[in-house]
Amino acid sequence: MKRYSRDQMAARVARDIPEGSYVNLGIGLPTLVANHLPKDRDIFLHSENGLLGMGPAPSPGKEDPDLINAGKQPVTLLEGGAYFHHGDSFAMMRGGHLDFCVLGAFQVSEGGDLANWHTGAPDAIPAVGGAMDLAIGAKKVYVMMDHQTKDGQSKIVARCTYPLTSIACVNRIFTDLAVIDVTSAGLRVVEMADGLTLVELENLTGVPLVMA
Amino acid sequence: MIDKAVATPAAAVAGIRDGATVMIGGFGTAGMPSELIDALIDQGARGLTIVNNNAGNADLGLAALLKTKRVRKIICSFPRQTDSYVFDALYRAGEIELELVPQGNLAERIRAAGAGIGAFFTPTGYGTLLAEGKETRVIDGRHYVLEYPIHADYALIKADKGDRWGNLVYRKTARNFGPIMASAAKCTIAQVREVVPLGALDPENIVTPGIFVQRVVAIDSSAARARPQAA
Repeated sequence: MKRYSRDQMAARVARDIPEGSYVNLGIGLPTLVANHLPKDRDIFLHSENGLLGMGPAPSPGKEDPDLINAGKQPVTLLEGGAYFHHGDSFAMMRGGHLDFCVLGAFQVSEGGDLANWHTGAPDAIPAVGGAMDLAIGAKKVYVMMDHQTKDGQSKIVARCTYPLTSIACVNRIFTDLAVIDVTSAGLRVVEMADGLTLVELENLTGVPLVMA
Repeated sequence: MIDKAVATPAAAVAGIRDGATVMIGGFGTAGMPSELIDALIDQGARGLTIVNNNAGNADLGLAALLKTKRVRKIICSFPRQTDSYVFDALYRAGEIELELVPQGNLAERIRAAGAGIGAFFTPTGYGTLLAEGKETRVIDGRHYVLEYPIHADYALIKADKGDRWGNLVYRKTARNFGPIMASAAKCTIAQVREVVPLGALDPENIVTPGIFVQRVVAIDSSAARARPQAA
């Protein structure tokens, strides 16, 4: 069995984002998706700190501390891009104006509950940012994550054990093993890594799966 | 003649009393009014409640204020960052209270205060730890949580240009919380790169009209801007 690489996962997510989409890419793994969006497709990247039409990182020496993304890294603005304040930015997110968000996750439940902001550990300092707003607000919520934790536990679970970000919000999960849709009839496998059978995937996942 | 411009950062922050709630603009260091925060540190008010998206970076600006231990409570969405060690240490030692708010609820609570809204129902946070104990309601089949506005005594914000009536324009993503915080505070203090003559700002492009701004101080931090800063 051959796991999908980070870049293959990002390219696979990018394939599911059509031209004309307004998209928010979460901090971490999801930011890789931007590298795989075809240059000839007009896709509008939104950043919670007040920009639409976000472009790639500037060339060295061209960084502007007043032009950053949600991860506080320097970015650029594409021709036709716009700046706005936090009230407008979160109206875009909470008001159902974004077509897609792509988020990382600690866990996703078979019912589409998302846990991605807090481990719940007693000594952890919690930080939530815009995760809860994206989870309730985007028309489609994509999750991009490793299928398993470093010690082999499935991150797709019957019930999340980490504190929730939002209930029943995830539409599609992209992992290094599979692409899985969350549906009212349960989890449906859209694609699997080469050499993997549904039975093997189900054993690694620990919750019922069916082929889409 | 109305002239909201004041000469120095010290004059700009004069009168901030112990126990005040102070909003501070910025997202990370973009839009953070560092020189006003430094002036507030020198001014000496204590027992403050601070509202900001983050909880300070490295030893600068907001982090420097926290280090003085004059902040009783911080209301923010994302305290934990790679360089938030000042906050982290205070929090672990139990020396600062944290009210963690989802960023959209933070923005809307600030906006609501400025717009005279008594409270609002939001879907963000429903069913999570951050909505525990809060009133909820089902509206058109969807679950919502009741959230209240955040009012402030003062807002310290950073804009690009201002005039003597307090009209402001911003620069790129340094705008972030500035416009909504300006509306939510009894007294909004804006540091600007340049105070321009009345009429120099295109009225079509004024982002924060002067009604929301009480004091303006010119601070050219372009020298500081040129310095690389931690993300």
